[in-house]
Amino acid sequence: MALLETKGLGITFGGLRAVGDFEITIGDHELVGLIGPNGAGKTTLFNLLTGVYLPTDGDVLVEGKSVVGLKPYQIVEKGLSRTFQNIRLFKDMTVLDNVKVAFHHKMSYGTANTLFRIPGSKYWKEEADIDKKGRELLALFKMEDNVNDMAKNLPYGKQRKLEIARALATEPKLLLLDEPAAGMNPQETKELMETIHFIRENFDVSILLIEHDMSLVMGICERIIVIDYGVIIAKGTPEEIKKNEKVIGAYLGQ
Amino acid sequence: MKKRVEYLITTGGLTVLYLVIMLLIVVGVLNGYYVGVIIAIGINIIVASSLNLATGFLGQLALGHAGFMAIGAYGAAHLGKYLMAVLVMPDFIKGIIVLVSCLLFGGILAAIAGLLIGIPSLRLRGDYLGIVTLGFGEIIRISIFNIEAIGGARTVLGIPKLVGITQIFILVAIVLAALYLLVRSRHGRAIISIREDEIAAEAVGVPTTFYKVYGFAISAFFAGIAGGTLAFYQGLIDPKKFTFMFSVEIFIIVVLGGMGSFTGTVIAAILLGVMNELLHAVDNWRMVIYAVVLIAMMIFRPKGLMGTYEFSLVKVVKDYIAKRKNQKTT
Ligand SMILES: Nc1ncnc2c1ncn2[C@@H]1O[C@H](COP(=O)(O)OP(=O)(O)OP(=O)(O)O)[C@@H](O)[C@H]1O
Ligand SMILES: [Mg+2]
Repeated sequence: MALLETKGLGITFGGLRAVGDFEITIGDHELVGLIGPNGAGKTTLFNLLTGVYLPTDGDVLVEGKSVVGLKPYQIVEKGLSRTFQNIRLFKDMTVLDNVKVAFHHKMSYGTANTLFRIPGSKYWKEEADIDKKGRELLALFKMEDNVNDMAKNLPYGKQRKLEIARALATEPKLLLLDEPAAGMNPQETKELMETIHFIRENFDVSILLIEHDMSLVMGICERIIVIDYGVIIAKGTPEEIKKNEKVIGAYLGQ
Repeated sequence: MKKRVEYLITTGGLTVLYLVIMLLIVVGVLNGYYVGVIIAIGINIIVASSLNLATGFLGQLALGHAGFMAIGAYGAAHLGKYLMAVLVMPDFIKGIIVLVSCLLFGGILAAIAGLLIGIPSLRLRGDYLGIVTLGFGEIIRISIFNIEAIGGARTVLGIPKLVGITQIFILVAIVLAALYLLVRSRHGRAIISIREDEIAAEAVGVPTTFYKVYGFAISAFFAGIAGGTLAFYQGLIDPKKFTFMFSVEIFIIVVLGGMGSFTGTVIAAILLGVMNELLHAVDNWRMVIYAVVLIAMMIFRPKGLMGTYEFSLVKVVKDYIAKRKNQKTT
């Protein structure tokens, strides 16, 4: 059974068909690129997959079960996690706390436990556990020295990394990255590619990557989907996509 | 440092503070008038801290906390009058039992009111809550005036006077400790993450609607406790107290102290309490002066006196020990 499958997925905003007839299947441990010109509907697709928008038609299946109609936080519980095109960190929280928020749904101690912190209770166990996990995760991203910094004070590249780390903290099966290289200089982009490689090697997770920069996507994805005006115009390996007439047309505006 | 030691340090610090206040009372530096001022400040600390949870930590504009206080005050007062009449036991124990049970009762009533207005208005994004709470405060005030059974427009009299300096000290300590512990937990992180970015919070697995309602209801609960405390301190309830302007005063304390800092709320409540006393002669100008203070604040310290900083005795002790160690090694 596929990790993610969409069937005839689409959404219309007052006459504008932002995404239509969208069909993809993503299996375990895949890295799939999603490219398309400005306004093609890439972010909208992410919003459909993660429950931010309710599709006007079609279905989204995660491990065979429909997730349409679930709230975004419930879809996180199903194993989908995302980053945002315009970074959305908890700016006035520490780097470590940003990650700890993402462990929330894996924790279970209640309000009474919070107020009466009895020694040996669930509160202490779970908090110690996520403190350790959070620090380890940040160390993997070489941010162990930043744990106590406010997120807003991080340099841009690290903010992007933190957002990815935070998404990974939810322990997703599928990670959705929305233009993680946007606004990065070539050096930062290169580091980001290494980070993505690294995630693939160290986490049991599939990645759906939106990217504007063709060369970046071509470099790391084994499979690429191209959309324009909300519909898929091509699918295939980087070599196939490079030669595809429609893709060339869409990108060169012919 | 062991957690147990940390709690001991905090408790010890509070005990010392309490003993100092008591000593000042005994030697006569603080007369009955000042004690009254301190208690009024204590009540403001409780209600403003509760508002800070909703507005400073959760990020939801709430302009009707006087309404929750009123509910807590009336609920606690009437139950208190009843219990005092029916319970037969030694006065001291009766006082404690009545105080605790009635404050909880008032708090729970206020929390239920919080749920009733929070559930519909917090489902929506944006500042609907501000408008709804503003209306809610007025509805409560006008309702009280028109419900004869609970006192109507008359002052409610004959409420047992169960709150003095000791009780207020303990209550403030408990409420602040509870709020502080709450904020430093997975629930607190969820609440703060909503203030920071609701969409991102939801995207990392925080049930945002639940936590908005949860945080708001807890805030209402403690505002209700503050109301009950007020009733048991004064021994009466003046229904004219719970106006919109009172809600605004509570709000000003939060803004002045810093959204997201209980330390700031405590300091601002003390400052405004003292200022109120100094301004008695010019009572008509009070709101004008508040406004000026707030404007100055927005210009010079837009994040409030304390921003999101929290004072912690444990931190101070730790820093001191670290410093000592450094001196020894160098
Ligand atoms: N909430 C909305 N209401 C109305 N129109 C929307 C909404 N969200 C997206 N759209 C429209 O849908 C289309 C696709 O937008 P989308 O943001 O998905 O593009 P994109 O492929 O992510 O583009 P970019 O590369 O610039 O990020 C655009 O025309 C956009 O204006
Ligand atoms: Mg986009």
